[in-house]
Amino acid sequence: MSILINSQTRVLVQGITGKEGQFHTQQCIAYGTNVVAGVTPGKGGQSMDSVPVFNTVQEAREKTGADASMILVPPPFAADAILEAIDAGVELIVCITEGVPVMDMLRIKNYLAMKKTRLIGPNCPGIITPGQCKIGIMPGAIHKPGGPVGVVSRSGTLTYEVVHQLTQVGLGQTTCVGIGGDPVNGTGFIDCLEAFNADPETKAVVMVGEIGGNAEEQASAWIKANMKKPVVGFIAGLTAPPGRRMGHAGAIVSGGQGTAAAKIEAMQQCGLYVCEDLGSLGKLCKEAFS
Amino acid sequence: MKIHEYQAKELFRKYKVPTPEGGVSTTVEGVEKAAANLGLPVAVKAQIHAGGRGKGGGVKIAKTVKEVTTAAQAILGMTLVTKQTGPEGRVVKTILVEKGLSIKKELYLSIIPDRSTATITIVASQDGGMDIEEVAAKTPERIIKVPVNPITGIRGYHVGQVMFGLQLDKAVMKEFGAILKNLYNLFVDYDCSMVEINPLIITDDNRVIALDAKVDIDSNALFRHPDVVAMHDPNEDDPAEAEAAKYNLNYINLDGNVGNMVNGAGLAMATMDIIKQAGAEPANFLDVGGGANAEMVENGFRIILSDSKVKGILINIFGGILRCDVLAQGVVQAAEKVKLSVPVVVRMEGTNVEEGRRILSESGLKLINATDLADAAKKVAELVA
Repeated sequence: MSILINSQTRVLVQGITGKEGQFHTQQCIAYGTNVVAGVTPGKGGQSMDSVPVFNTVQEAREKTGADASMILVPPPFAADAILEAIDAGVELIVCITEGVPVMDMLRIKNYLAMKKTRLIGPNCPGIITPGQCKIGIMPGAIHKPGGPVGVVSRSGTLTYEVVHQLTQVGLGQTTCVGIGGDPVNGTGFIDCLEAFNADPETKAVVMVGEIGGNAEEQASAWIKANMKKPVVGFIAGLTAPPGRRMGHAGAIVSGGQGTAAAKIEAMQQCGLYVCEDLGSLGKLCKEAFS
Repeated sequence: MKIHEYQAKELFRKYKVPTPEGGVSTTVEGVEKAAANLGLPVAVKAQIHAGGRGKGGGVKIAKTVKEVTTAAQAILGMTLVTKQTGPEGRVVKTILVEKGLSIKKELYLSIIPDRSTATITIVASQDGGMDIEEVAAKTPERIIKVPVNPITGIRGYHVGQVMFGLQLDKAVMKEFGAILKNLYNLFVDYDCSMVEINPLIITDDNRVIALDAKVDIDSNALFRHPDVVAMHDPNEDDPAEAEAAKYNLNYINLDGNVGNMVNGAGLAMATMDIIKQAGAEPANFLDVGGGANAEMVENGFRIILSDSKVKGILINIFGGILRCDVLAQGVVQAAEKVKLSVPVVVRMEGTNVEEGRRILSESGLKLINATDLADAAKKVAELVA
């Protein structure tokens, strides 16, 4: 078992003929992902490494039965790509693109609330169910299939670090979700925690947060009230100066809000195992989850 | 992206949000001339990207011609220190001169995106002219917040909620309502991450005027606002950060002595934290990105070394799509070119890590290999201690 994606997931790639699109599609296919279609307006009828390319998402869905989409288009076109996929009825959209304007995401987030589609991202590494399906840009080889740990994170390479340490100590992963580093995104921590809670193969969860906003505080409160499985939490940005955006658009402490200290305190109060030293995260998980 | 008050007011006028009559100048003579055109009294205002200018001595009221000259001389070229500039302050190069107005009431009005509810939130208060964070902390009941769904946009009832909440006089409601709607449209059209007027004044003759103006624009949306890009003032940039931006590197200068170079923002933050936990202080935040190449690594080195406080460097790379062997070659090339003057600890993990470590150890460079993150932080902290 896993959450959101598995070996049956049929993936289409929006922006498949671009440089990034081609490269990461090839990587996903090499990992075993079932990529059934690509979409680039104006390039319908061509193919990329034997993946058929269509002009529109709707056509790609009708002809191939794709149910998930990976978006790798430049930021000015990302909002359009997401909305097109929502309107075509795609069930899961994974938007990798970094640099999508907040105003676009504000509209998309409210539009999504009226639809059944789930969006992961933007500005994220994607989602992977190790050994089955990878929709994203993460290195597949560091993962260990079969669970028992679910991972949810706002970061990219920091997630790889966490996954690598889990694998090193012998803990496999059910599914790893990078929800992205933007202030307004699709799927949040709580959505993933809910799914992990319901997944029988996931026995424990690692939640990786960072400064900015209050998503970690809300997730901690949710965990206290609902979570049946142990959760290890980590927060990046204890040393980040206030008022500065730390790389990710959403990683900023403003007006005293969104500090790492406040998030760590919330996690401690809500019964999470808090990892304060990233170097020992794998070891801590091994202890907490045994 | 931040813009100056006078630039924000240009946008206000474009959207029919009234501002005081004024003029902009970079010389004392220009300020004198602008004041003469406007008529006394005038406000002489330093233009820098930071709040708290008044308290720092960057805003002066001049009632006579002589006071205008004195104020302009005092402000132009001064290093203005406010609670937002940090102790080093900012040199003032531009002045906005504005006609003085008779103030009956000062209001606070701002529009910001609310990330947790995905709405555009209007914030208003009767306590204009004060530090709004202080008002929020001491008298939260005097702050009105009205969320607007970006799909419906601003409607009459939103405007009503703000106006009734502010207990506005009937005589100014029509004008205030139009201003609020126009300001909302400006916020949306220009992809703002903040629009703030503090104070928004009501004059003795019941006019509503934006005495101050602060507009921040979402940097991710600049591709559709070339007019805003043209407002960029290089005088406001940190030189090292501006240099880094040229090479698509995300660099923030800090006070410590351990330089660090990391791929990915989250891992970069976590690396800063672990340096601190090992007993040292990070000198910077530097994210070279997921697709870093040898050239980016070289430029990263150069920028870190331009900071004389740096006594040691930690490179932490998690090779995913970026392979460790490629990165190691980049490090070796860069280290040879920039002539490393401080010890460098390298921690690499991920794709092709064995090959990467071999390249580093055979390079003849004095690079210190770390086995894992904890080891790396410990080693670099010992080196700078």
